[in-house]
Amino acid sequence: MLLRGFADAIMMRAQQAIAEGPSQGYLPPYHYDQIFSAHGTIMIIFVAMPFFIGLMNIAVPLQIGARDVAFPFMNAISLWLTVISAALVMVSLGVGDFSHAGWTGYPPLSETQYSPGPGVDYWIWSLQLGGIGTLMTGINFFVTIVKMRAPGMTYMKLPVFTWAIFVTTALIMMAFPVLTVTLALLTLDRYLGMHFFTNSLGGNLMMFPNLFWIWGHPEVYIVILPAFGMFSEVVATFSQKRLFGYHSMIYASIAIGVLSFAVWLHHFFTMGAGADVNAFFGIATMIIAVPTGVKIFNWLFTMYRGRVQFTTPVLWTLAFIVTFTIGGMTGVLMSVPAADFVLHNSEFLVAHFHNMLIPGALFGYFAGYAYWFPKAFGFRLDEKWGKRAFWAWAIGFLVAFMPLYALGFMGMPRRLSHYDNPAWQPYLEVAAVGAVIIFVGIICQAVQLVVSIKNREALRDVTGDAWNGHTLEWAVASPPPFYNFAEIPVVHDLDAFTDMKEKGIAYQRPAKYHDIHMPKNTPAGFVIGMFAFAFGFAMVWHIWWLALVGALGMLVTLIVRSANDDVDYYVPAAEVERIENEHHRQLANADATREDAEPAPYFVHQV
Amino acid sequence: MTADVLTYPAHADHGHDATATQTFGFWLYIMTDCILFASIFATYAVLSHNYAGGPTGKELFNLRYVFGETMFLLFSSVTYGFAVLAMNRNARNQVVGWLILTFFLGLGFIGMEVNEFTHMVLEGHGPDRSGFLSAFFTLVGTHGTHVSFGLIWMAVMIYQVTNKGLTTPIRSRLMRLSMFWHFLDIVWIGVFTIVYLLGVM
Amino acid sequence: MQHAHADTSGASHGTLKSYLTGFVLSIVLTVIPFGLVMNGTLPRSFIIAGIFLAAVVQILVHMHYFLHLDTSSEQRWNVMAMAYTVLIIAILVGGSIWIMYNTHIRMMDDSLMAGTPAAATASASRNAAMPDMAGMDSH
Repeated sequence: MLLRGFADAIMMRAQQAIAEGPSQGYLPPYHYDQIFSAHGTIMIIFVAMPFFIGLMNIAVPLQIGARDVAFPFMNAISLWLTVISAALVMVSLGVGDFSHAGWTGYPPLSETQYSPGPGVDYWIWSLQLGGIGTLMTGINFFVTIVKMRAPGMTYMKLPVFTWAIFVTTALIMMAFPVLTVTLALLTLDRYLGMHFFTNSLGGNLMMFPNLFWIWGHPEVYIVILPAFGMFSEVVATFSQKRLFGYHSMIYASIAIGVLSFAVWLHHFFTMGAGADVNAFFGIATMIIAVPTGVKIFNWLFTMYRGRVQFTTPVLWTLAFIVTFTIGGMTGVLMSVPAADFVLHNSEFLVAHFHNMLIPGALFGYFAGYAYWFPKAFGFRLDEKWGKRAFWAWAIGFLVAFMPLYALGFMGMPRRLSHYDNPAWQPYLEVAAVGAVIIFVGIICQAVQLVVSIKNREALRDVTGDAWNGHTLEWAVASPPPFYNFAEIPVVHDLDAFTDMKEKGIAYQRPAKYHDIHMPKNTPAGFVIGMFAFAFGFAMVWHIWWLALVGALGMLVTLIVRSANDDVDYYVPAAEVERIENEHHRQLANADATREDAEPAPYFVHQV
Repeated sequence: MTADVLTYPAHADHGHDATATQTFGFWLYIMTDCILFASIFATYAVLSHNYAGGPTGKELFNLRYVFGETMFLLFSSVTYGFAVLAMNRNARNQVVGWLILTFFLGLGFIGMEVNEFTHMVLEGHGPDRSGFLSAFFTLVGTHGTHVSFGLIWMAVMIYQVTNKGLTTPIRSRLMRLSMFWHFLDIVWIGVFTIVYLLGVM
Repeated sequence: MQHAHADTSGASHGTLKSYLTGFVLSIVLTVIPFGLVMNGTLPRSFIIAGIFLAAVVQILVHMHYFLHLDTSSEQRWNVMAMAYTVLIIAILVGGSIWIMYNTHIRMMDDSLMAGTPAAATASASRNAAMPDMAGMDSH
């Protein structure tokens, strides 16, 4: 989906680079509008969300010493709902149109009167179904973190990434129902002729931006907080010391968890609220920059006097700290309502939010991707191509988006498929070059993956502790056995694994292995996903019988599944012992080879 | 500590711990549903005077009728409570009996609501008449849809208790349905206060 | 992590007495607001205050007697989750109504503006800060 989203982006940049004056470019406005709508929707909902949710599925249960999530079956439903809603967006390429009303889908443009086609319906149903999947993920991980932590892991010993996810899931639970309602009301307008957001008969179209951003602003933090957590893990691990200001990091996250619900009006300062309302939300917006600033200083102080290893994840983090601070300052600038009146809906805004989301979210996920890749797949990613990808992305990002700040000051509005001001064109050409450089970065990432798979034996992580990590996910083999932990670890310290290594009790084998209780696999999640896809597609095209089949199918699958009490089984102790023996044999080999190569201070084995 | 290590994982995902985890998860779902209803209430509050020349709440609502609906729901709440008490006594047949009574009380509520909606639509006061009516039908209808899903769930539970008895997973489900059912009654307090009582004033 | 036992599963503490008490209180707290409105002789502001008070008390009654919510340690997370939810609902509903009412009186209906303090502030700031409202609401 990143590729699809980026394809849209580069088409827009190309269009804007050439569509000046008499030249109309190569995209007609209707097509161009669909592209920017799809780009926004895809990048937020189908790149950022699945990316961090995938990483947290890998890391969170391992970090807290759990064998699985609280509700594995519900997790399967979430996954398939995400897959089928992304599939709906892709289907819109071939069958019908996508929305041309922007990723925010403001009425009245998104109402039937102005958008009679299926485009807006594709947008509605893909967001709606994906949003419900995300909401279930939020509940699932919140419960997992509250109920399934290893013994001894109190809240103030919770790894910092898990804390970030903890706050993120709380935000998901509070924000996504609002999206559900917003989309449902627009659906009722479009399908049943109601008057929530219409111009006539008592509708109030300003309620839509209001509701949309009550979800939308927390959503920004939902995608950024996990990245903050990843940066924290990366910085602490590769600076080879404990994270600076763990507690302030946690309290900053909690503060963001509340404040992010009190700033949504800054997305529509110009809608016409009074000075007192605008002032309130402007000040709240400035305040929310404070906890974020606290985090920046924490990362800097963690690196200060640490033995920083300049691996790819660290490079992403450094680029993030520098560029994100610029983005943050432009954000504070726009939090002044009077300034926002000048900059609203200009290219300045476009530059600002890309400046937040690309370094703030995406670079974090790339760092997390490189950091946890060996944990998930058992071998590291190639560093050389990783660094090439990094430089292309970092430079490309600056070249692509810095000119947009200038264009904003020059008065260029966003979402233009054509313009008549020759002064803008050089900047847009530079921005297009930036997009090409980013494209080179994406190619490098693809090459990196291929090269790494090819050289996987050389890059293999035999110990399970690829980076001399601090937290429990590094205590098990890479990739981890399906039950994660043969024996649930007991935690005594924030950096639980470092603590074990220092005490010499890491990799300790229990006297005797026990049977392990695990959930069974079930096809029900997939079945529900397929029915949901049929339902979504049928609703877009008003095929009522199929929609009914889809809805009933989901309901009946759930009921049938609930009749099945045989949902789990025991892994016999002998099987556990066999898998663990294999891991410990590898550990012993690694130890032998490693002794020759480099001193390994923490490696104490009792095999 | 050794005992802790040994017992915790072995019981982490079944039995009573599973019930506690499921109950907590369901409680969080109810919290998200609170947000869902709060968003619709906020929308109703914003649109509640946008009559667009159509009928007002004062002309449409019959408080005696709404009081009747409220009583159906309130009685069903307490009969569900009796079903839970019977469950705690392991009285399987009584559980089924109270569930069936609760089901029909809930069905009575839904019947009254459908009747009210049908009359309004037939008289030309449907949800497409004005912003106020869109918000009214959506808010009250969302609650009604929840109650209807509660009824489907209850029917499934009546079937499961009859056929399988009061097993641990079924007890857990009955407790969660209990939370859901009482929660819907709480939402209804908000509905009759803000929509109906304020509406006729 | 404390071990949960059978009786910590949330809402299984009810007794016949608690359900009946909750039921009777709920009936009373339903009859009062309906009676106040249907009778309709008392001052309007008094009735509005009365029905909202009855609603809040009845919600608390339901939570105590039917959902058995209390401040015990097993329920700490339930109560914390609810407190957070209530806070967000307050921001969401209060904020929405504030914003939309404020926007409404400034942009749509002059008849609503007479005599409200918010209207005075609003019209003052409209003149000062945003002379061109018609152009602003077009996007």
